[in-house]
Amino acid sequence: MYEGAVQELIDELGRLPGVGPKSAQRIAFHLLAADQADVQRLVDALHHVKERVSFCQTCGNIAESEQCRICTDPKRDASVLCVVEEPKDVVAIERTREFRGRYHVLGGSINPIEGVGPEDLRIRELLGRLSDGSILEVILATDPNLEGEATATYLARTISPLGVSVSRLASGLPVGGDLEYADEVTLGRAFEGRRRIESG
Amino acid sequence: MWVQALSLTDFRSYEQLDLEFAPGVTTFVGMNGQGKTNIVEAIAYLATLSSHRVSADAPLIKSGSSSAVVRARVREDERSVGVDVQILERGSNKARINQSPVTRARDVLGIVRAVVFAPEDLALVRGDPADRRRFLDEVGVQRHPRLSGVRADFDKVLRQRNALVKSAIGRPRSSIASTLSVWNEQLSKLGADIATARAQLIEDLRPFIRSAYESIAGGAEVDLRYRPSSPRVQHEVQTVDETLRERLELALDADLEDRADDEARRGITLVGPHRDEVDLTLNGLPVKGYASHGESWSMALALRLAAADVLRSDGVDPIVILDDVFAELDASRRTHLAELVGQATQVFITAAVAQDVPVELSGARFEVHAGQVSGA
Repeated sequence: MYEGAVQELIDELGRLPGVGPKSAQRIAFHLLAADQADVQRLVDALHHVKERVSFCQTCGNIAESEQCRICTDPKRDASVLCVVEEPKDVVAIERTREFRGRYHVLGGSINPIEGVGPEDLRIRELLGRLSDGSILEVILATDPNLEGEATATYLARTISPLGVSVSRLASGLPVGGDLEYADEVTLGRAFEGRRRIESG
Repeated sequence: MWVQALSLTDFRSYEQLDLEFAPGVTTFVGMNGQGKTNIVEAIAYLATLSSHRVSADAPLIKSGSSSAVVRARVREDERSVGVDVQILERGSNKARINQSPVTRARDVLGIVRAVVFAPEDLALVRGDPADRRRFLDEVGVQRHPRLSGVRADFDKVLRQRNALVKSAIGRPRSSIASTLSVWNEQLSKLGADIATARAQLIEDLRPFIRSAYESIAGGAEVDLRYRPSSPRVQHEVQTVDETLRERLELALDADLEDRADDEARRGITLVGPHRDEVDLTLNGLPVKGYASHGESWSMALALRLAAADVLRSDGVDPIVILDDVFAELDASRRTHLAELVGQATQVFITAAVAQDVPVELSGARFEVHAGQVSGA
């Protein structure tokens, strides 16, 4: 145990995801030794993030005003919607520059152990967006794990009756990888999701 | 297939142990508590990624250490494969094949195949249904390593579904109906994979267990039957063919639907592979409760021998591990067992006294005393 303020900082840092007690201690001593100006920049950044950043009222993504940049961008295709679990998934898909539609961020996945049901996700908002008929296609891009699959299945069942086309992101072999190194679950999925190659 | 070299680091009582083996019989002799079983336990661990003595991995790590390593060089015909598994106190275990890390530890399953006979085997016959399910699934994983991933996913889905069902106690069923059907679909898919492997394995075990029991104890009508907890699955497994998996998925899904009201009252998942049973009978009577001590032992041995036979019929000759079993057996059962396992490419035996091991199984010998292993 350290004296008051240092221990307090270590405890707070230790609460962050992915930071254990050892790392928390290391960061705390790094900050203690750092320039006042460097620390101030960190303090400001933390302060601003809580002050300025909120969530887009339309899609649930991170935004600095009522609506996020993607929802207000007129160049984006308003007829296609990609459903993801978290804002960081939006960033990941944006990096590909392949998708020109808009997003809907659920805020998690169905997970009864954690007490998360459909009513705790932004599904009502999603159905609201689908109700005016302007969105023609929904792409489900939840994580390829059991909870993400369950969420995708649930959404597909809920959305399909509305007459909107629903698809699920393919899961399969990594590009640039070797077939022999793929684990059997991935390889099995890749077989299920195989595509016909058009000849000529 | 045989293990040429084994090396243990911080595994059980061993800080460091390096041993070389040859095909044929290897016996570890030493008084109780000296560390004989720890050596064969390590070999068996590579085959199933679980211990035959404890259900959790923590006791395998030498106290005071945060990880244990089991490393082996395995020979199959002219081929030599290096496999090592690092058992971690925290986090998931790591593994390497020929020095290259694999994504998941379970990727090493299938390199070492082994059948272990141990005093604990009496639980196969007299213990809870869970002991028999573990037996089936351990053999199943050695036949189809993919099943290990299916089992892990099934356990996760089951935990999620149980949490959901529990959350709905005292509330109308409609409150969870829409998400319940999603979990039912996943549970049925994974459950059907497990039940199909079990049904197929039981069909394959039956002729072998009959002949094994006949050679050990003689003259009795032995049978084993899969008794799934889902009545529809129970009906479908009567015919084992290539449509079985599909039929089981539909059957399990339908039974989950049927039991929804009971489940809503009790807050647990009532049908599925986690509640299945295997019925073992001797002359038409259940072994559990009716068979004598000797008959129970013969049945347990016959189950293990049949498991080895099934693996052999799949084209892989499993390593046979006889952990302290001879002391439990009378002279005639010892001799029969020795004859039956003598044909395996590699056999490991542990015994407190060398005289317990039948002469048919003489071979290389190590003395184990206070954690020191020396060739004799």
